[in-house]
Amino acid sequence: MISGLTLGERQTAVCLSLALLVLGVIFAGAGQGDPLGVHGFIIAAYAVVVMGAVITGYYAPAPGADRLTQYYDDPTKFGIIVAMLWAIFGMFVGDWVAWLLAYPDMTFDAAWASFGRLRPVHTTGVIFGFGGNALIATSYHVVQRTSRARLPDQLSPWVVLIGYNLFCLLAVSGYLIGITQSKEYAEPEWYADILLVIVWVTYFLLYIRTLARRQEPHIYVANWYYMAFILVVAVLHIVNNLAVPVSLTEAKSYSLFAGVQDAMTQWWYGHNAVAFFLTAGFLGMMYYYLPKRAGRPIYSYRMSIVGFWGITFFYMWAGSHHLHYTALPLWVQNLGMTFSVMLLVPSWIAAGNALMTLNGAWTRVRDDATLRFMAMAAVFYGLSTFEGSFMAIRPVNSLSHYTDWTIGHVHAGTLGWVSMIVFGTFYSLVPWMWKVERMYSRKLVEWHFWLAMAGTLIYVFAMWNSGIIQGLMWRTYNDGGTLAYSFVDSLVAMHPYYIARAVGGFLFFLGPVIGLYNILMTIRLSRETAGTGIAEMPVVALKAGE
Amino acid sequence: MSVEKRDPHTGYLTTGHDWNGIEELNTPVPKVIYICLGLAFAFALIYWLLMPAFPLGLTYTKGLLGVSQHSLIDADLQQAQTDQQTVTSKIATLSVDEVRADAGLMHYVRATAVPIFGDNCAACHGIDAKGGPGYPNLTDNSWLWGGDADAVLETLRVGVNDEQHDDTRVSQMLAFGRDGMLDRNALLSVVTYVQSLSKPDAGTVEAIGAGREVFAANCASCHGEKGAGSIELGAPDLTDSVWLYGGDTQSVFNTVYNGRTGVMPSWEARLSDVDRKILATYVLSLGEAGQ
Ligand code: HEC
Ligand code: HEC
Ligand code: HEM
Ligand code: HEM
Repeated sequence: MISGLTLGERQTAVCLSLALLVLGVIFAGAGQGDPLGVHGFIIAAYAVVVMGAVITGYYAPAPGADRLTQYYDDPTKFGIIVAMLWAIFGMFVGDWVAWLLAYPDMTFDAAWASFGRLRPVHTTGVIFGFGGNALIATSYHVVQRTSRARLPDQLSPWVVLIGYNLFCLLAVSGYLIGITQSKEYAEPEWYADILLVIVWVTYFLLYIRTLARRQEPHIYVANWYYMAFILVVAVLHIVNNLAVPVSLTEAKSYSLFAGVQDAMTQWWYGHNAVAFFLTAGFLGMMYYYLPKRAGRPIYSYRMSIVGFWGITFFYMWAGSHHLHYTALPLWVQNLGMTFSVMLLVPSWIAAGNALMTLNGAWTRVRDDATLRFMAMAAVFYGLSTFEGSFMAIRPVNSLSHYTDWTIGHVHAGTLGWVSMIVFGTFYSLVPWMWKVERMYSRKLVEWHFWLAMAGTLIYVFAMWNSGIIQGLMWRTYNDGGTLAYSFVDSLVAMHPYYIARAVGGFLFFLGPVIGLYNILMTIRLSRETAGTGIAEMPVVALKAGE
Repeated sequence: MSVEKRDPHTGYLTTGHDWNGIEELNTPVPKVIYICLGLAFAFALIYWLLMPAFPLGLTYTKGLLGVSQHSLIDADLQQAQTDQQTVTSKIATLSVDEVRADAGLMHYVRATAVPIFGDNCAACHGIDAKGGPGYPNLTDNSWLWGGDADAVLETLRVGVNDEQHDDTRVSQMLAFGRDGMLDRNALLSVVTYVQSLSKPDAGTVEAIGAGREVFAANCASCHGEKGAGSIELGAPDLTDSVWLYGGDTQSVFNTVYNGRTGVMPSWEARLSDVDRKILATYVLSLGEAGQ
């Protein structure tokens, strides 16, 4: 992959990793005795690995000018593999955490193995590690194809990917040694947050620079969604992480917000992370790969527009439904609730547009597990948004809040929607990227699909049951007017469901393991045929220098 | 360039755009979507009119129903109180023994006490109230601080060794070994003697005899001449087979070597008078069942 870089880019890459190394060494020295020092070492080691990779490929012959006539896909390939590795890691930890809830003693008396530290390792691993890398990798692919333009340079896509994965690594390792700012989905401390800001601005600039070079008169819907994802995540990330470090040599910092303002800022962030990370980005993915794989035109351009603006507008107001029945003023809760209900309509427009696009291709959905992944994803997207709007209604939330119902909703969205759309996308994209006719094994794709379906259904049904039982037990009064169950009683009642969830989760976890094997074998296949298989499509000639 | 095509399957025209082979149909937005949007908006609008919804600088729109989160919760609490009133007012005025004599009230006490006990006490005393090492069994009718209603009520109110409460019960088993009050031989013999009080064949006659002397000199002040304990000091009866910290040689040795200071939290600030009375009644009824 280094051989694709020009000599100048290789030199800049070495300089950048050298700068990172210096930064790591400074942190390691200045942060001695503080967890920051550990992170200094990790940064330095990471920089050495990156630099090593660049130097190893440094003397390879420089690429010719003909590289500019082809799309730049090396970062996409890299991102696909890394996303799969994160999927395996994150879901492994997810299943571990699931067993831990069923058998809470399973912590070997070690701090790092406690539930509170492993849980964010799971959420960060899957959302940012798996989901984020998948989004970045596919966005590079989609923006080039739909703009008929090459990425403007070959270095910034790598800066984004390498920097982003460093952020993920710092996040995950930080939780294990006890670093967190205790904001869900925004746990990493100030220095990791600053790193992500730099990465994200680079990403944003890369994206608009590519769009600016486009050869198509119009910007395709998928790009609107990817752009919304990049832009809004930047805003959310910066505002929610405003904090004052205790000192520059310590990991700890204090948020700029306090009390209920802090809670509201956090859930404005948290909900829009769901909206623009776990929804908008993946809708972008769906809008490209689903019609492509189905070979059908998008059902309605007009629905795309209404759906897009509805989703972006309504989501922004909905965050307060995470704080129903709290110290948050009632009017804020009511606003969030009503916007959440209205949000259902554009959400279903997007899901409906996807499913209607499949009209005329249902036989392919039946026969092709890859397309079936994407079709099921659209169904689960519809399902989880319906559920979400329902749960946002205050009286419903008074039952569902704090219970496993929320966890069921989360995983209907993340397993059924997010993961399935990614797997469907990857199984389409991998043969295109490595220029082979198809995946190494269709049977394994089929296996993956059914494991994912079974895992999702077991998970979600277990949590619905457990959540509703839990919610009811917490509010059942006896005829004397006092609560009928203690909290421990509800824990006992949940135990069987926790075991079921962990088993379902294990099935789901097997999916990416099989998937990575299948992808690696496909790559081997492409080496054997030396990429003589069919290309994704006749590359519309890119003029040199464009 | 834009060339509109007709899709054979749906019959709609495309928009004429083509992105790497992806086309879009120009299908109009189905009417049902506008209807749903309208309905959702109408719902929101009505809700905004009736309930607090929008900020107005320093205040906010109050809504036609005049509801606030506080008025809602107050109404709920009021309702709960009236629901409970008839029974709880009776329990509040009657004595524990009178409550125990009333089958109807006892039915209520059991139903109510089980969840309160599960939420507040089970973490230490176990869901079945049978305790564990360091946490007394509440069902065995052997009491550190006395088994009449007043004693149990007082234990619940002030706790044991709880610094948070000024009137807390205080008790301490001294660390005879760690603080160097007894040497190793004396410790071993007194341990044997203590064990022999409930199990006569616990050791040799010499050891027991030596232990008896150590006991009389060091321990009897709290545990009594015969080792039967003291309810005033919370010192356990050592002659029965009930052990708080364990009766095997190692456990008894640890107790005498390191001392013990069991902490039972006070509940005066956390549970209402009636709830504490319900718990005391319940706990006492467990002991009765165990007889
Ligand atoms: C933090 C642990 C803990 C909790 C929670 C706790 N207890 Fe205790 N309790 C103890 C300990 C320890 C003792 C023994 C104190 C001593 O050593 O004298 C005790 C003693 C008692 C006694 C006196 C026993 C005797 O033999 O005289 C009663 C009665 C009692 N607890 C009832 C309760 C009730 C009812 C609750 C719930 C409201 C409760 N406890 C909650 C730890 C606890
Ligand atoms: C100052 C009063 C005091 C003296 C003196 C004293 N004890 Fe204790 N002992 C206690 C108290 C109080 C407890 C209960 C501690 C608790 O509940 O945490 C206790 C508990 C014990 C227990 C644990 C009983 C069980 O059920 O597990 C043993 C054994 C014991 N004492 C033996 C001795 C011996 C032997 C001596 C003399 C060497 C002695 N004690 C001297 C107050 C005393
Ligand atoms: C192998 C599959 C998975 C298993 C077994 C699993 C398991 C779990 C468990 C046990 C929890 C903690 C629940 C609790 O605290 O009660 C959790 C939380 C969470 N998981 Fe997963 N998970 C899996 C896959 C995923 C994926 C793929 C994603 C995202 C893409 C995801 C996102 C989340 C999120 C966001 C939470 C936090 C939910 C909340 O705070 O309400 N999970 N998961
Ligand atoms: C119309 C769309 C949606 C609405 C209105 C909605 C609404 C809600 C509500 C009301 C909660 C529970 C808050 C609480 O009681 O604590 C929630 C939690 C959550 N939802 Fe959704 N949801 C929607 C779509 C989605 C989708 C598609 C996903 C994932 C891909 C998702 C992921 C989550 C997560 C991760 C949480 C847990 C947050 C936490 O407590 O950690 N939601 N959502």
